[in-house]
Amino acid sequence: MLAPTARSDLTGYDLERQLAILRKRQIQVDARDILEVVESVMGSLHGDGSTLNSKLHSDIEALANYISTIKAEIAEIRADKINEEYVPTASDELSAIVESTEQATNSIFEAVETIEALTLDMAPDVAERVATSVTGIYEACGFQDITGQRISKVVKALQSIEEKVQDLLEAFGEDAAAERREAKAKPAVDHTASDDKALMNGPQLPANANSQAEIDALLASFD
Amino acid sequence: MAGVDMNMPILIVDDYKTMLRIIRNLLKQLGFNNVDEATDGSSALQKLRDKPFHLVISDWNMEPMSGLQLLKEVRADVKLKETPFIMITAESKSENVIAAKEAGVSNYIVKPFNAATLKGKLSTVLGNF
Repeated sequence: MLAPTARSDLTGYDLERQLAILRKRQIQVDARDILEVVESVMGSLHGDGSTLNSKLHSDIEALANYISTIKAEIAEIRADKINEEYVPTASDELSAIVESTEQATNSIFEAVETIEALTLDMAPDVAERVATSVTGIYEACGFQDITGQRISKVVKALQSIEEKVQDLLEAFGEDAAAERREAKAKPAVDHTASDDKALMNGPQLPANANSQAEIDALLASFD
Repeated sequence: MAGVDMNMPILIVDDYKTMLRIIRNLLKQLGFNNVDEATDGSSALQKLRDKPFHLVISDWNMEPMSGLQLLKEVRADVKLKETPFIMITAESKSENVIAAKEAGVSNYIVKPFNAATLKGKLSTVLGNF
């Protein structure tokens, strides 16, 4: 661990604090950057006392500058805006898609159920053909369930990105970001929540999904 | 129609109302009209304990109680454990199928499904109708 020097108390303290936050948050920092700084510091240990202090101070200053640059870059890209605006907006838009497809699907149901009821008044051969088509529409309406689950997965991914951005903001001294996080209402712990969450992944992409036939074969293997 | 009571009470469980409506309509087309609904495992379990059902058709991915937990509760309940239980879910991974089978599922349908698959599984579980 890099200890604060007499000359660089403030810089060393900041560095330690930020490294501690990084460790706590398990944020991925480019190992090559860290290695470069550490090698530079280690290399400075070969000189006499005054040279060592001077080199150490210079390297820590370089590290402080590096962190300042990152902070400036984060500020420049308005990382806070990602959490305050972009992610919530994207989540809202996706939720709206689910809602509108549900409404559209319900409208389709209303119309199709009316058509299905009319088959009682149709000639038997016509009624049968209409009923077959109605069945096809019911089956196709399953898209709303599948797309809804897929969109829920995307919303969860966005929430995960939001958390990582929050971690970055906090790690680089954005106290306001920390305050915003604390202000956010934490979800209450639900003790009745399912314990099989690892098995609840939603629809797989077609290339990765088992077909009904493959599932049937798997079930049959138990017999 | 021999052997299958087409008026048997059936409980369908899904947190998507669209899917509940699809299953209800397909069951109606197959001749099953005595259908009740629940939107998660907990409310389904309550309904199962309140009145007898001869078949449960359930989704998996629901909160707070999942379809798998509902299945385990049903199999652990002396009065309910013999109730046929079909899982209809988008979870198609082998580990899911195995977990459901080990928990005592009667059959497993992966979404999206069609009416023929539903009819086939009902015949397997209930007998031909």
